[in-house]
Amino acid sequence: MNGLLPVLIIATSLAPALATFFLAEDQAGWRNGLNLGGAVLKIALVGFMLVEVADGAIYDTRFDLAPGLALVLRVDALSLLFVTLSAALWLLTTIYAIAYFEGTRDLSRFFGFFSLCVAATTGIAFSGTLVTFFVFYELLTLSTWPLVVHKGDAASLSAGRRYLAYTMPGSAALLAAIVWLESAVGPIAFAQPAALETVDETTLRLVFVLFVLGIGVKAALVPLHGWLPAAMAAPAPVSALLHAVAVVKAGAFGIVRVVHDVYGIARVEALGLGTPLALLAAFTIVYGSARALQQVDIKRRLAFSTVSQVSYIILGVALAGPVATIGGLVHLVHQGLMKITLFFCAGIFAERAHVHRIDELAGIGPRMPWTASAFSVGALGMIGVPPIAGFVSKWYLGIGGLQAGQPWVIGVLVASSLLNASYFLPLLYRMWFLPAPETLPARGPDARALERPLGLIAPPVATALAALAVGFLAASPISPLAWTTLIVERAYTP
Amino acid sequence: MTEPLDPAALAAALAVALPLAGALAALVMGRRAGDLFFVTGPAMALVAAALVAGVAEGGPARIAVGGFAPPLGIALVTDGLAATFVATTVAVMAAALAFARGGLVARLRETRRGYAFVALAHLAWGALNAVFLSGDLFNLYVALELLSLAAIGLVALEGKAETLAAAIRYAFFALTGSLLYLSGAILLYAATGTLDIALLGAHAPEGATTLVAGALMTAGLCAKTALFPLHAWLPPAHAGAPAPASAILSGLVPKASFVVMARLWLEALPDAAGPALGPLLGGLGAAAILYGSVLALRQERLKLLVAYSTIAQIGYLFLLFPLAGGALSTQPWAAGAWSGAMLHGVSHALAKAALFLAAGLVLARLGHDRIAGLSGLARAMPMTAFAIGLSAVTLMGLPPSGGFIAKYLLLVAAFASGEWAWGVILLAGGVLSALYLFPVLGRLFAKGDAEGEDAPEDEPTGPLPSRAREAIPLVLAGLAIALGFASAWPTALLAIGRPGAAMEGLE
Repeated sequence: MNGLLPVLIIATSLAPALATFFLAEDQAGWRNGLNLGGAVLKIALVGFMLVEVADGAIYDTRFDLAPGLALVLRVDALSLLFVTLSAALWLLTTIYAIAYFEGTRDLSRFFGFFSLCVAATTGIAFSGTLVTFFVFYELLTLSTWPLVVHKGDAASLSAGRRYLAYTMPGSAALLAAIVWLESAVGPIAFAQPAALETVDETTLRLVFVLFVLGIGVKAALVPLHGWLPAAMAAPAPVSALLHAVAVVKAGAFGIVRVVHDVYGIARVEALGLGTPLALLAAFTIVYGSARALQQVDIKRRLAFSTVSQVSYIILGVALAGPVATIGGLVHLVHQGLMKITLFFCAGIFAERAHVHRIDELAGIGPRMPWTASAFSVGALGMIGVPPIAGFVSKWYLGIGGLQAGQPWVIGVLVASSLLNASYFLPLLYRMWFLPAPETLPARGPDARALERPLGLIAPPVATALAALAVGFLAASPISPLAWTTLIVERAYTP
Repeated sequence: MTEPLDPAALAAALAVALPLAGALAALVMGRRAGDLFFVTGPAMALVAAALVAGVAEGGPARIAVGGFAPPLGIALVTDGLAATFVATTVAVMAAALAFARGGLVARLRETRRGYAFVALAHLAWGALNAVFLSGDLFNLYVALELLSLAAIGLVALEGKAETLAAAIRYAFFALTGSLLYLSGAILLYAATGTLDIALLGAHAPEGATTLVAGALMTAGLCAKTALFPLHAWLPPAHAGAPAPASAILSGLVPKASFVVMARLWLEALPDAAGPALGPLLGGLGAAAILYGSVLALRQERLKLLVAYSTIAQIGYLFLLFPLAGGALSTQPWAAGAWSGAMLHGVSHALAKAALFLAAGLVLARLGHDRIAGLSGLARAMPMTAFAIGLSAVTLMGLPPSGGFIAKYLLLVAAFASGEWAWGVILLAGGVLSALYLFPVLGRLFAKGDAEGEDAPEDEPTGPLPSRAREAIPLVLAGLAIALGFASAWPTALLAIGRPGAAMEGLE
């Protein structure tokens, strides 16, 4: 059973993906049933696994590919943090996507690749070796590309080209890093620290740089972030997937794995790699926020905000202290909840009210109260207003920076929060305090239709409530914070 | 020496004899020749299965045909390499014949060319198996010659002026190659008194004559394999032939002369190679990867793009020579460049055949294969689009595919032996192939009306293909992907009877 469960959990996304490809366009019932069923089943299985792993269980599955090359699935507390997030958000995104795409074409293709993405993400989280990680990481690249170009118009195709222009060289860099390291010390499993002391320090540093270059593309580290704002041409559920459920998270998660489980925190410090990575992350945080401020398109502003926010995770891990690590890892969940809320809402504004630019948001709050409230919660959380999730992350990161003897982190956090406030508060001000234009219906069926159907509105409300809850209940034993504390305790106590 | 009725020996003999009998039967059957594949397909699948099972259980064996031992008689060798390629050939040939049955054979029924295809394909099939199974450099000459003749016939099949020109050009290269090979073989025979690969390997001939003989044979084989810079014949020949013929020509035929080259240097003359051979052949392979990819980038027609991609993909095979032994000496856990290169040969055969068959479906539907005019095919022909996508994944060497495992093994060999330059070439080749393949995939996803250039002249001229026909390239491409998940077993098979030089490397 222990070997089978991780495979089953991947299968809850993989099987619907493969089956969906074979469905005809008009078999919507089957399609939705398969995808929702898979998502619900996945949450149930992950829930069961959470309880087991909390008690100390470890799952291990091995499948030989070639001599010396094996797919290894291994579930630890860190894997589950990521999988729980993606499983929960996958269900909500599926509900949202079904409502969003109602009446459009090519849906079997879309949902097939969509589920394939989630299967790949789960595989990334469960990877027990570097090669396994690479296999799923590339599967994720391949399965997100058709989603980015889904609309098939010139803008989507150009976004797809941009995406590949960054991810393909990134994949080559990552593969070079893996092969270089493995050709010296043999296959690298995350569970056992590799015997890296036999490799000379210059090589280790170069390989680390290759790792950061390769994985940093998905994590949108500056200057590898250019694909992310371009990918805004994709439909809103895809943005949710890229920004919260799968892609940038896979990048951040990969960096965590490399720092913690390939090199080990002590060696990263000893090689003098931690501080440069932290500085790069800090620069990305400030640069992303500054660029977000310049955008007039809502989705582009949110995209640059993601560039900035994902680097909180990397900053926390690079700072190499338990508290900072907690702050970084917990942000994996917190950023996911807040950012998906914002993208869901931006999609609703665009789809239902045809609002794309920030100046068009005027007065939309009272007309679309549910959506605008959810958006406001997400935006305030990003700024770090207590008690919403973002505050908890920033608090831990700040304390962690001080503890690691890097007080400049506080400066970065303050600067970033000020920038966050200056690019989010004007939106909230426009939404709630400015008068609405004549074109926006105030009452009657047209006004009610703004917040229909339920499948579109319920997901952002749910994620906004979740973002509030994880902040409010941060101290409770079932919060993401408690779980990341568990991960970090296990990582720091051998 | 094996008993005459050993199942593996019987399978080896049948692997050559059955397709040749099939070629004759196709001539007799005439218009009904298309149905022949219902007999030869399953029969050859059984033969290949028996061969694989025999090799897997009994290990490598040499069969003296007619009971005369070399150097008097001639020998067939059954080893992992032979069994793997015989099995791969079954998959590609069966797919090509099944595909042709509903298309080419039916379309050309009135002109006899339809059943000529069936006969030529079976002739090529028997010749390919003879190449894979021969243990003697002269037999290899005969088999290669037969293969070239069948391949030239396949190129000329359409009978149009440009395909005839391509066939004549191909014939020039192939026959020059044969002459070079034959003169090398004669020199070698004069120097050593034998052409049996095992005996040559045991004698370990060295010296100037051997080197000249080896060089002549290598030059001939390079021309037949279309290794850069002897590749010029390949694009017009492969792009001009009908789709199922292209699948055989691009997927299988170059692999035959490559296997001969691998047997020549790693099994027959491992000590004669000298320090220059590896870097020289590897360097030509690297040049092929870069040159083929860059030219593929510039193609505007799908079939030409696929043909130039073959030039690049053939280059990967030749990295075997500098990298053989690279990893195994230092890293016992790696399967090494030898398995990597051979696995690449197999996955390329499957993926390239799939791609050519898919291109054939596109051509039949649209009446053209201009890449700019492929918009919206992902909606109209989703299975074909999928097949193109899956083949592209293998050709790019991305996981999870056979191409990825092959590339990984080659990369490990490169890095472990400290020869990074080859690793960089491999990685660059992957990125380049993404550069030329993704625009095609992007076009498939594009809206039909997105571009001004997609004028009404691009209206489909043919009917949509049947699901069964669309399934053929999809199955082949799926096999190439499956090879990535289930590669443990093929690599183990390939390792049976692997030459010592594959582990120790060439001098």
